[in-house]
Amino acid sequence: MGNVGAKEIPVLLSPEGLRIDGRRLDELRPLTIQAGALHQADGSAFVEWGANKVLAAVYGPREVHPRHLQQNHKAVIQCRYNMAAFSVDERKRPGLDRRSQEISKVIGEAFESVVFAEEYPRTSIDIYIEVLQANAGTRCAGLVAASVALADAGIPMVDLLPAVAVGKVGGAIALDLKKEEDNFGEADLPMALVPQSGRLVLLQMEGHMTEAELAQALDLGVKGCREIYEKMKQALRERYAIGPMAGASS
Amino acid sequence: MSRGHRPGHRRRGREDSSSHPSGERILVLPGEEIPAHGLKPGPGTYRTGGKVYASVLGLLSSRPPLVQVIPLSGRYIPKPGDVVLGTVTDVQGTFWLLDIGAPRWAPLHMTGTPWKIDVGETERYLHVGDAVTVQVENLDATGRIGVTMLGEGLGKLEGGTIVHVSAARIPRVVGRGGSMVGMITRHTGAQIVVGQNGRIWVNGTPEAIRRVTAVLRLIDENGQRSGLTDRVESYLLSTMPTGPSGPREPPMESAGREGPESSEPSAPPRSPPMLDDEVEPESDEENGTDESGDL
Repeated sequence: MGNVGAKEIPVLLSPEGLRIDGRRLDELRPLTIQAGALHQADGSAFVEWGANKVLAAVYGPREVHPRHLQQNHKAVIQCRYNMAAFSVDERKRPGLDRRSQEISKVIGEAFESVVFAEEYPRTSIDIYIEVLQANAGTRCAGLVAASVALADAGIPMVDLLPAVAVGKVGGAIALDLKKEEDNFGEADLPMALVPQSGRLVLLQMEGHMTEAELAQALDLGVKGCREIYEKMKQALRERYAIGPMAGASS
Repeated sequence: MSRGHRPGHRRRGREDSSSHPSGERILVLPGEEIPAHGLKPGPGTYRTGGKVYASVLGLLSSRPPLVQVIPLSGRYIPKPGDVVLGTVTDVQGTFWLLDIGAPRWAPLHMTGTPWKIDVGETERYLHVGDAVTVQVENLDATGRIGVTMLGEGLGKLEGGTIVHVSAARIPRVVGRGGSMVGMITRHTGAQIVVGQNGRIWVNGTPEAIRRVTAVLRLIDENGQRSGLTDRVESYLLSTMPTGPSGPREPPMESAGREGPESSEPSAPPRSPPMLDDEVEPESDEENGTDESGDL
């Protein structure tokens, strides 16, 4: 299986089963999460995931703008995903496009299913995701950053939302695609998991997979999400460390 | 899935109430299962499938009959009786809207001020951007916040600067019986007014304001750690303006030396004629003792 399927350039899967950057099929790219990266926001996080760099800021619950979006029984969740003009090789035309609108929508809806919005009627919880550097999987990186930022902002929710993309490269199911794998691979399947319940609140697919491959991809993705979940919790624990202060008696 | 109590009064808990029966403080994150031991799920928790989970990031507190999570972050949740600092965001014919850092803006009606105002004249008294000290009077079910400017120490703030910290950190800023804010005042000579909403008005020499701001930042970032008081004190001692070698001086002596002069020079400029004198912000002690009831 591993030796067929690769398109002309590049070779995505070596005969030894290693990927273009030397990872195994079930291996994540290096991930670091910093909770509370910004001062002005109510909550924030900075995520570096492989070559992705994503900043998320959460404001709210606060007054709704524009006012007509206000809901009398719950908070509205407004999400904006944006890519910086310099985030990709070829300059990205700044501003909203169809892709970023779609991603803003699916991320916002993922959070709607975990945030206890009824606790803050007539308010808005605003999530801003800025992609500073992109290398495939930015919607998942954005989701992870935004989720940590929401927890940092003290927003009540069912759980944190780890997210990862699984794909098919060189005929094999692989975790956490990087850019070349995303561009030249056969399929891409981003997902977001609620670890507490095991529910998926975001699931999209591009490309083709058989039913058996899909099942395998979902399993692999859930495993990846649980790994990411631990890093998200670790980032928050570092930010809110309750031990003695360093240098208290210096 | 059933929620626990609505989170109206979550910030009640005193610093130490957030401890586990064993005395150990436990940080919990959203989605983490918490041991209920037959207790009712309170604010900051939810129950599903017979288990109790945290819904916010905070410290676990099991005090029968409730198990709850005391949040360590998040916006200010108003509570009747709280003295808060706000800024005017909108002026209407009979009221102003104040941003007090809560989820909603709080309307301040003209009858809730010490001034005699005719309808439509609100603009002569407070403008967008002005800072005021008000007290939370009531909350209704839709989250509307009623505030008043009638009361001692309430009114328009003149001069000085406002520092924002997390509202969850206010008990630490005030300290037990006002000890922390008292120490800061003693060491810097600054005037300080602490709002329960995490906004703190500071006035004094530029140097005093700078030091107080740095200390407040320190508290904001390390508010849940132990050893904070020592750290703040050592910072204040090491930044004594008169003696760069100051760290080893006893605090009382140095406070006596520079306290008085640094507290005077920038008495806030008198406000426009319509302002009563008693609008002048009360000292921190006032606020400090207010707090201590809650601490």
